[in-house]
Amino acid sequence: MTTNTSEIDEIKSTPWNGGRSPFNVEYGKMMMWFFLLSDAFTFSGLLIAYGALRFSSVSWPNPDEVFQSAPGIHGGAPLVFVGIMTFILIMSSVTMVLAVEAGHRKAKSEVSKWMIWTIIGGLAFLSCQAWEWTHLHHEGAWWGANPFLNKDGSVASTNFTNLFFTITGFHGFHVFSGVVLNVIIWINVLGGTYERRGHYDMIEKVGLYWHFVDLVWVFVFTFFYLV
Amino acid sequence: MSADQQHIAHHDDHGSMTKKKIWGVFWVLLGITAIEFFIALVLIPRGVLSHPIGNILYIGLTLLKAFYIVAYFMHLKFEKLGLIYSILVPLMFIIFFIIWMLYEGNFWMHIRL
Repeated sequence: MTTNTSEIDEIKSTPWNGGRSPFNVEYGKMMMWFFLLSDAFTFSGLLIAYGALRFSSVSWPNPDEVFQSAPGIHGGAPLVFVGIMTFILIMSSVTMVLAVEAGHRKAKSEVSKWMIWTIIGGLAFLSCQAWEWTHLHHEGAWWGANPFLNKDGSVASTNFTNLFFTITGFHGFHVFSGVVLNVIIWINVLGGTYERRGHYDMIEKVGLYWHFVDLVWVFVFTFFYLV
Repeated sequence: MSADQQHIAHHDDHGSMTKKKIWGVFWVLLGITAIEFFIALVLIPRGVLSHPIGNILYIGLTLLKAFYIVAYFMHLKFEKLGLIYSILVPLMFIIFFIIWMLYEGNFWMHIRL
């Protein structure tokens, strides 16, 4: 038996000749990736604006002096509180992947358990951010008000606080949206929606968003608190 | 449509994240963050590293953390090459944007001096 497959037929079997998904991902997951790409540009725009304004300033407030408090610690502890916040967000990212992993095994109760931990992590992060904002506000910092001096002792631009509240606020809004999505997904898990559907792909899609929020925080942490 | 989705949904043939790998990535992320803290709280205050060197290290370590989150937690490393490129290649524009804007910012500072 001879196989006379012409070259043209072989070409038709490539992923890009139609009839199948060339990226081998579900539509919703691919769209989530492209949404996150656009969101990455948004956050880049904000952080690059911060960078440009900082580069244009002769001096700039010292983050170790601005962010040196935590609940119960009145100053002198730079990076402690933001370290806790970073740990919480990384931890909630881990519990999210564990939920995705449990979803692959279709282990409903495990997915539910890890989703609960992810939601708790998100709420803990938001609570920390609420405390930090309140604390800074009590010190006189807000949009248009900057009580902190530059490193060289000169009066600092309010762009420092403007961008701090705008960028951490925009990130916090993403965390909040993520928590809302996680709660919806968790209710669906409990209701057996994905069990009936036969797969837990929705956990992966929301998980992508949740990891992206963690990813943005990694950059916010570096550029606001470390550099 | 639904048959196709079913087919796509069960593509567990490629490298999936096991619990062990997940915790492995967690320790890497925690370790990198610990190094950043060590630089900020010990090395720079003691004068072992200068601020500009510290900043370069921070940015390098941040990009490393970003790699681990995107590659493993977001699973991008295990997707089709086409999808990987379609997400990563457009990000090149950000590099240009960073260079232009920081250059411009620096220019303003010299005008102010």
